[in-house]
Amino acid sequence: MTATDLKGAVPTPNLTGFTMPITAALGAFFGLLAGQATGAGAFFGLLSGAVVGAVLAYILVTLVPYKTGRWAAIAVMAIVGFAFGGKIGIVVGLLAGAVMGWCAYWLHTGRYRASVPPYATAGQVLWHNTFKLICGLILFFLIAPIVIIIPLSFNAQDFFTFTPEMLALDPAGFSLKHYQDFFTNDDWLRPLKNSVIIAPFATIISVSLGTLAAIGLSQSHVPFRRAIMAILISPMIVPLIISATGMFFFYSQMGLFLENTFGMSKSLSGYIKVILAHAALGIPFVIITVTATLVGFDNSLTRAAANMGATPATTFFRVQMPLILPGVISGALFAFITSFDEVVVVLFVGAAAQKTLPWQMFTGLREQISPTILAVATILVVLSILLLTTVELLRRRSERLRGMSPG
Amino acid sequence: MKLTTTLMASSALVMASTSAFADGHMASEMTIVSWGGAYSASQQAAYHDPYSEMAGVTIINDESSAEAVAKLRAMNEAGNVTWDVVDVVASDAIRLCDEGLALEIDADTQLADGDDGSKASDDFGDLLVSDCFIPQIVYSTTAGYRTDLVGDTPPTSICALFDTDTYPGMRSLEKRPINNMEWALLCDGVAKEDVYDVLETKEGQAQAFAKLDTIKDSVVWWSAGADTPQLLADGEVVMGTTYNGRLFALIEEQKQPVGMLWDAQVFDLDGWIIPTGLSPEREARALDYVKFATDTQRLADQAKYISYGPARASSAPLVGKHATLGIDMAQHMPTDPENAKNTFLYNYEWWADYRDDLDAKFQAWLSQ
Repeated sequence: MTATDLKGAVPTPNLTGFTMPITAALGAFFGLLAGQATGAGAFFGLLSGAVVGAVLAYILVTLVPYKTGRWAAIAVMAIVGFAFGGKIGIVVGLLAGAVMGWCAYWLHTGRYRASVPPYATAGQVLWHNTFKLICGLILFFLIAPIVIIIPLSFNAQDFFTFTPEMLALDPAGFSLKHYQDFFTNDDWLRPLKNSVIIAPFATIISVSLGTLAAIGLSQSHVPFRRAIMAILISPMIVPLIISATGMFFFYSQMGLFLENTFGMSKSLSGYIKVILAHAALGIPFVIITVTATLVGFDNSLTRAAANMGATPATTFFRVQMPLILPGVISGALFAFITSFDEVVVVLFVGAAAQKTLPWQMFTGLREQISPTILAVATILVVLSILLLTTVELLRRRSERLRGMSPG
Repeated sequence: MKLTTTLMASSALVMASTSAFADGHMASEMTIVSWGGAYSASQQAAYHDPYSEMAGVTIINDESSAEAVAKLRAMNEAGNVTWDVVDVVASDAIRLCDEGLALEIDADTQLADGDDGSKASDDFGDLLVSDCFIPQIVYSTTAGYRTDLVGDTPPTSICALFDTDTYPGMRSLEKRPINNMEWALLCDGVAKEDVYDVLETKEGQAQAFAKLDTIKDSVVWWSAGADTPQLLADGEVVMGTTYNGRLFALIEEQKQPVGMLWDAQVFDLDGWIIPTGLSPEREARALDYVKFATDTQRLADQAKYISYGPARASSAPLVGKHATLGIDMAQHMPTDPENAKNTFLYNYEWWADYRDDLDAKFQAWLSQ
């Protein structure tokens, strides 16, 4: 249902008793924040915000049609923001205007009832919308710490600080020097190279072993399935620091064996140690995701393939593998991210020659708080988003091609 | 079909890159452990770069000095020591030496003589606090303050840390008893020469904690050298303690509104140790490096990049200007007579005896 459909169904709410007070409260909240930030005083901000909210709501819903009104609210608030807080005020004003304008129309047109049945009581409607707000806040608290690093990574200073120049949106307060540092400084390039070497190999090993294990464990005739599963999953459950300590002693011996018996260089055996350790950490993720997809796998397909003369290997690659591929790919993603993000085990198992990006970020954070860490973090966040989006798009495409979804 | 191709391609990739990084590191290389940040950068410029050019050795930096003792113990137990030369503070060197984890060095035969002809043992003098320790720099822990937040009368005494009436606001102190206990007693009227005698008694310790209690609510505790500079730059603390080199970088390189307090600065030493259990050719290389990196000229060179005083007496006259800023570095050395008017000598032996006990008491006090 759209807003126009509802006009008839829901009586237009009382302007002075409903829309104006709520918009005023929202305005008061923005005013409070603005008042504190600009130093004009919290109470002054609260009061003037409430007045602006009430007036805005009245003018918008009585005089201005929806589309014009939304833009008008944004423009007016941006100008008000500029008058009080300069350039950064514009940004805050734009946001406040968008939210308050939307809120006034949302309330007044009765769209706030759109997703509840018409017979819902006022209490139910209130709870429904509060629930949505709580969900929104949860998402906000998950995302905000990640988003905050992005502007900080363009800091012109060498500290994790929003400088006055940055807050005034002065170009002099921003710079790309931390990105430049990342791409030119050997202290960062070597860890980047190491991460790019270690993570894919660890992923390939985890995926091959994990997929095989999941297929084996899904067969009903395998003895001690639960016990074996528990052992294979254990790296995920045991605290990482304990696995890491154990791995340190185990892989030290293995490294010495590789060097003395096969004459490997220290650096090569170091990479092998870290890759194997990371593979062990990644395997549980692959097993879990592949096992989950195998639940929906119809075993009569493999029997049908065998009936038509296919060898088990052919059956696996041509019949089973394509069907469980989504699980394998998401397992691979988890394994990759585990290795790419991992700092504890590599600190124990690796030597300085295998220093990975998270390791460098960790020591960098402790010894020299430099925003280059934030630049790296921003790059990694962008990469993860691109990676996950690509995989999701590919998955949808393959579902569409196989006619599994109406999309 | 596609999958087979992918598998084949990736295994080809495996082979290719394996051989790629096997070949890349055939040259002799050594791992040097240090503290990271500006300090490692100064060593890179003053020691590592000239040495690798001279000896054709690849140097890998590991920034693990903070946990050097624990890691060396573990490596030794596992029989796989991956470090060749380790930069540690003097107190850690003493511990490692006592546990047999560090190689004993004979200064006169294994280190270079001073440029002025003096024997190494005379040149380093009292700074050779352990048989395994090769001193590199003298640094000090001291306090810095925000010049714009302390009003018209900037602090001149370390006791400003405890004076929340004149200088209200947060201050940052290191999260350990060392230095804080001494300063607390000094500012509670104990004479400098009596500090360790008083601190030995239960009453003296109680007195120090009582003094710290007066500011406990306005203290941010730091554990990494980078914390106080960040807090000062943020204006989150009015004043805070950290290493003098960090304050130098904050003031002269980052141009922050921060002033420096040399009063009652506590001297400490930092230097090299070589782990035991290295293969003969690695040990020889480590010794060769250390001999090169601690000669008179090299120690003086380091002062071009960071404001720590060279450990050799013969290096002091050679200290010149900062490499990029062009500032005369001598006046930024903790050992400069102007800065060293009132210094406090950190007592290694006393702390070796009392550290475990006071660490426990300090942690208990913190959590009260």
